[in-house]
Amino acid sequence: MPLTRPDLLWMYRTMLLIRRFEERATQFFLNGQIRGSFHPCIGQEATAVGACLALRRDDTMTCTYRGHGQSIAKGLDPQEAMAELLGRRTGCSKGKGGSMHYTDPAIGLLGENAIVGAGVPIACGAALTAQLDKTDRVSLTFFGDGAVNQGVFLETLNLAVIWKLPVIFFCENNLYSEMTPIRAMVGPERLTRRAEAFGMRSVLIPDAYDPIAVYETTLAAVERARGGGGPTFIEALTYRLVGHMIGDNEPYRTKEEVAEWRKRDSTVVFSQRLVAEFGFSPAEVAAVEAEVAAEIAEIARFAEQSPWPEPSEVGADVFA
Amino acid sequence: MTRELTYAQALREALTEEMTRDPNILLLGEDIGVYGGVFKVTEGLLAKFGPERVRETPISEAGFVGLGVGLALTGKRPICELMFMDFAFVASDQIFNQAAKMRYMSGGRVKVPLLIRTQQGGGRGNGAQHSQSLETFFTHIPGLKVVLPATPYDAKGLLKSALREENPVIFIEHKLLYATKGPVPEEAYLIPLGKAEVKRGGQDVTLVSYSRTVLHALEAAEEAAGLGISVEVIDLRCTAPLDLDAILASVRKTGRLVIAHEAHRQLGLGAEIAALVQEHAFDYLDAPIVRVGALDIPIPASKPLEDVALPGKAQILAAVKQVVA
Repeated sequence: MPLTRPDLLWMYRTMLLIRRFEERATQFFLNGQIRGSFHPCIGQEATAVGACLALRRDDTMTCTYRGHGQSIAKGLDPQEAMAELLGRRTGCSKGKGGSMHYTDPAIGLLGENAIVGAGVPIACGAALTAQLDKTDRVSLTFFGDGAVNQGVFLETLNLAVIWKLPVIFFCENNLYSEMTPIRAMVGPERLTRRAEAFGMRSVLIPDAYDPIAVYETTLAAVERARGGGGPTFIEALTYRLVGHMIGDNEPYRTKEEVAEWRKRDSTVVFSQRLVAEFGFSPAEVAAVEAEVAAEIAEIARFAEQSPWPEPSEVGADVFA
Repeated sequence: MTRELTYAQALREALTEEMTRDPNILLLGEDIGVYGGVFKVTEGLLAKFGPERVRETPISEAGFVGLGVGLALTGKRPICELMFMDFAFVASDQIFNQAAKMRYMSGGRVKVPLLIRTQQGGGRGNGAQHSQSLETFFTHIPGLKVVLPATPYDAKGLLKSALREENPVIFIEHKLLYATKGPVPEEAYLIPLGKAEVKRGGQDVTLVSYSRTVLHALEAAEEAAGLGISVEVIDLRCTAPLDLDAILASVRKTGRLVIAHEAHRQLGLGAEIAALVQEHAFDYLDAPIVRVGALDIPIPASKPLEDVALPGKAQILAAVKQVVA
C-alpha cells in the first residue's frame, strides 16, 4: 500500500519527536535529573518509525535499552515515557523501571530490555500466542548487531523457524556492538547469513536512514507473517550519531566517520524529501517542527512537575 | 474416595485436570511428547491434548523458557519443563532477570503466569550436574514462588494451585519421589501456596523440612519417639512464600529447632530460617538451632561418596539428639 500524505507527515513528525525527546532527555541527564543508564537512539529514528508504521497497535513488540524511539513510535505516551526517565509516579512504570524497561501492554509493548538479546525469545512467545489463538497478529523484536552473538538469539531463530512463528527479527546494525566494532566480533560481515543458516528468510535494508525503505521492507515481512508465511530476519544498516550511552568518549570511531553520517541525518534529509519529492510546502514542514517543539516543552513540563513515587509504594507490584 | 497414586501419577492427574479446565495451559519441554518426559510425568498428554499444547522443544532451555515468558505476558499459561533442575542455570536470565522482574519493572502493568516444572536432588548417582538442589537461588530472587511437594497428595494439590497463580512459579519435584505412593482423593482439591503442614505433631523438637527430606525427617521422628523425644515435623511445601508463622508457632511450643534439607548447608534455607527464628522467637529458644544439609561439595557420583554427601535419617536424628542434649 503506498504511503499517504498523513503517513509521510506522521513519519517526519515522529522521527523529529523522538530526536527532540532524546535531546531533551540528554539535557535532563546532564543536569542530574535522570539517574542510571541512558542510551539515546539519536540517529536511529528512521528504523523505529519505518518499522512501527508497518505494525498494528495490537501487534506485539520487544526492544532493547535503546528503545525510547521504538516505544514512542509504537504508541507509548511520550509524557509517560519522559516521566519514567525522571523517576516520577506518572511514568509508564510508576518510576520502577526507568530508561531500559518501558512496557505498555495496551500498545503491545512487551518491554525494552537491559539484557542484550533477551527480548528476542519473549517476542517469539507472543508470536506463538498469536499463532495458537489463530489471529493474524504478528510480533516484532528489535535488537542490535551485538545481540547476534548471544546464544538465546540463535536458539530463538531456530525455534521461530521450526514453528513457523509470525515474527520479525529486526536487527539494527549500527556498526558497533556497544563500544566495539561489530566487524571484529563476527565472521562474515553480513548478519543476514546467520538467519539464512537456520533456514530463515532474510533481507538487508542497505540504507536504513530512509524510513520509507524501512517501512516497505518491514511491511512485506509483516504481511508474510500475517499470512502464515513465518518469520523474517531484517538487517537494517543504520548508525547512532551519539555514544553508546551518555559519557561515552567514543575512542572506537573517528570524528570524521560520525561527521559523514551526520550529513545523512535522516530527520534533515527526510524533511527535504517531503518538499522536493512529495510536494509538501516548506510551511507545512515548518509547522511540524513548531508543533514538535511545543509538544516537547509540554512533555518536559509534565515530567518535571509530576509527583515522585511515595516511599511506601516500594514493595508494591512485585506479585500480581 | 481415596486411592493410592504415585507422585508421578498425581502430577499427571493435576496436569490433565487443569489442562482440561483451562485451554490456555500448554506444555513446552524436551522429550515431553512421544517419550512422555524422562520421568514419564507427561506420558499420554500428547495423545490427549495434541501437539499444539504439548510442544516438544529443541534442547534450548534459554530459548523455550524465554518463549514461555512471552506466552505468559500475552495471556497463556505456559508450563516449561526443565528436565533437570541443573539446566535452570542455562535459562537463568529468562527466569531471574525477565520472569521474576517484569511485573515490578512495568509498575504492575504486566503479569507473568509462567510455571517452570523441574525435578532435582541426588541419590541416584547422576553426578554433580544432575543432582543439585537449587531452591535457594529461586527463593532468594524476589518475584518468584517456589514449591517443593513431598507427597503425592501435596504434589497434586499444589500443582493445581500453581496453575491458577498469576505469578511465575518454580515447581520443584524430586527425582526419587516419582515412584513413591500415597493417598490421593478422587474429589477435586487445591492446596494454597505458602502454607506449611504439620506432618507429625510433637512437643520437644520442631523439625522443619520440605521435599524428599520430609520422608527422612518422618523416619527420624519415629526413631526419636522410641528414645522418648517427641518431634514435630513441619513440611514447608513452599520456600517462597515461606510460612514463617507455622515455624514460629511450633518453636514457641517446643523451644528447639532443627532444619533439614538436601540443598547445601552453606547459605541454604536453613540459614535463613535460623536467622528469622532468632529475630522473632529468640526468647523461646532453649538450645542453639541446628541445620542439616548436603556437604558443601559438588554432589559425587559414586554411591559410598554420595551417601555421605547427602543428608538422611541418621544425620537428622543426630541433630534432634543434639538439640535436646
